[in-house]
Amino acid sequence: MKKIIGDLVVSENIPLKNNHFLLKLTQAEPLPHILPGQFVQLKIDDTPSVFLRRTFSINYVDRKKNEIWLLIQVVGDGTRSLSNCKIGDSLNLIYPLGNSFSMPTSSQSRLLLVGGGVGVAPLLFLGAILAEKGFSPSFLLGARNIDGLIELEKFQQFGDVYIATEDGSAGEIGFVTDHSILKNSFDKIYTCGPTPMMQAISQFAENQFIDCEVSLENKMACGIGACLCCVTQTHQGNQCVCTDGPVFNTKELAWQI
Amino acid sequence: MANLTTKIGDLTLKNPVITASGTFGYGEEYLDFLDINQLGGICVKGTTLHRREGNPYPRMAETPSGMLNAVGLQNKGVDYFINTIYPRLTVFETAFIVNVSGSTLEDYIETAEKINSLSFIPAIELNISCPNVKQGGMAFGVDKDMAAEVVKEVRKVYHKTLIVKLSPNVTDIVSIAEAVEHVGADAVSLINTLLGMAIDAETQKPLLSTITGGLSGPCVKPIALRMVWQVAHAVKIPVVGMGGISNARDAIEFFLAGATAIEVGTANFIDPAVSLQVIQGVNDYLQRHHCESINDIIGALKTV
Ligand SMILES: Cc1cc2nc3c(=O)[nH]c(=O)nc-3n(C[C@H](O)[C@H](O)[C@H](O)COP(=O)(O)OP(=O)(O)OC[C@H]3O[C@@H](n4cnc5c(N)ncnc54)[C@H](O)[C@@H]3O)c2cc1C
Ligand SMILES: Cc1cc2nc3c(=O)[nH]c(=O)nc-3n(C[C@H](O)[C@H](O)[C@H](O)COP(=O)(O)O)c2cc1C
Ligand code: FES
Repeated sequence: MKKIIGDLVVSENIPLKNNHFLLKLTQAEPLPHILPGQFVQLKIDDTPSVFLRRTFSINYVDRKKNEIWLLIQVVGDGTRSLSNCKIGDSLNLIYPLGNSFSMPTSSQSRLLLVGGGVGVAPLLFLGAILAEKGFSPSFLLGARNIDGLIELEKFQQFGDVYIATEDGSAGEIGFVTDHSILKNSFDKIYTCGPTPMMQAISQFAENQFIDCEVSLENKMACGIGACLCCVTQTHQGNQCVCTDGPVFNTKELAWQI
Repeated sequence: MANLTTKIGDLTLKNPVITASGTFGYGEEYLDFLDINQLGGICVKGTTLHRREGNPYPRMAETPSGMLNAVGLQNKGVDYFINTIYPRLTVFETAFIVNVSGSTLEDYIETAEKINSLSFIPAIELNISCPNVKQGGMAFGVDKDMAAEVVKEVRKVYHKTLIVKLSPNVTDIVSIAEAVEHVGADAVSLINTLLGMAIDAETQKPLLSTITGGLSGPCVKPIALRMVWQVAHAVKIPVVGMGGISNARDAIEFFLAGATAIEVGTANFIDPAVSLQVIQGVNDYLQRHHCESINDIIGALKTV
């Protein structure tokens, strides 16, 4: 897949709760083909503290409006500066990067997408594509409390949504791994979120012999496989999360779980 | 168009802009972004005798106007390079320079000897910033005698252009440059990364798995420029300058300080096609200053 470097224009910047915002980016020419799980490297011309590009998952691609959506949580100077973007501002992106979630096989119909925190971002686009292909995915979304649950109504368009919050302010109380939906049978699990959550879900999937894909968020410099900064340990040795991933089947990963 | 050709030993480059080792892969990673045939040269990833897995994650930490890395020379070894990567590179029209790294004297010699047989590789860049496992992990390049010994031995087996890449983590870089010139280096390149460190105050942990790592990017440029200037005054062989070069203006400063060619490193991560902008910008500068050739500005710093 050809990688592109180019400027996109901010068409909307929607503040969401809990320091999140949704950035919609567009251009006049049609967007390239983009797969669920892929990400962008975004340049933020700013202060010395924001030197490298910033990595964001593609939250959704609106082909009708020719838009890429990024769901972003403000955690530092780069994301703070982005949150102040105005409609019409132009941003430089390298995209689409990385591999993608793989589509279920013909024998896999019961699909669970498990997201935590801002890690839910790539699962919306994945859910949309799965629904488009005739699957009925279920979503299990976790957060510390009700304020951490972002884009719920958007997920509901594509499947059933189950919720776990640590304080019980919405859905079931506890971690996603404590949720009663996991008593049902699933053929495939996709997950993205904090590392401990992904590890717990991988462990669960392994114990239940469920096929499982995780999307990793290792820190990146280049994003294109040149610097070897973003590696994760796999059974084939160190592999780059930016080119061999970000999506890995848990069978490939040499995780200490 | 000004004349941008420049010579390093027997190697003639069509222009003086090379991409730095470890920041440009094998060039292939960048094909979607630029025509790599337009580059003066490409220094490929650090290559060692045997496959190396490198250091554990995290290997990178961003710092003000720069970054620390602790990749640890991850590569599949020289034989893999020769058998799998090299044949793919021979279709390109740029100078591929192999960055040779090692942990023992014997490693360097054997790797250089293997590369010597590759007709399409006109030069090596000997990375002497690597720890010598037989000397308690002290880098070859921080000791004059150790640096001279490895260059002298590699010189015996390597018959094309031998560029020695110097470590800046020394008290007197000039004495190291002179020592390697004396034993047959055709050129020196500098600077490699500066040893640095970053800490996460909240977790009270280091940000790199190795605790310390190599600093690069615009934050190192003043140090790099100073070292290039000092070395260029002391040696007769060409100096390849690098450290924080992000645009043509930065590159011009290195030429004025005495560099015959320059390398662009970390800046590739932010703008994959930056090297072509540097080439264009250098040409524009030469025309604006009515210079016919890049040689007119090499070492042309006005100090009085
Ligand atoms: C493949 C991938 C996909 C991502 N997708 C999204 C997304 O869809 N939405 C989103 O909001 N964020 C996402 N991130 C994380 C995002 O890149 C960082 O939050 C961002 O770079 C922080 O920049 P900053 O300048 O605001 O903060 P900085 O000042 O750089 O850092 C602030 C804090 O965030 C932490 N941080 C920085 N980079 C990362 C990282 N790569 N992963 C985890 N923590 C980090 C730092 O350790 C620090 O504690 C993704 C990261 C990767 C690697
Ligand atoms: C991620 C990374 C990997 C590097 N790997 C090597 C290497 O394998 N061999 C080497 O001689 N230098 C290596 N370097 C050093 C660069 O080639 C260059 O000397 C240094 O980064 C300074 O230039 P810059 O500031 O333009 O990046 C590496 C630098 C970075 C950032
Ligand atoms: S971020 Fe550079 S190789 Fe992955």
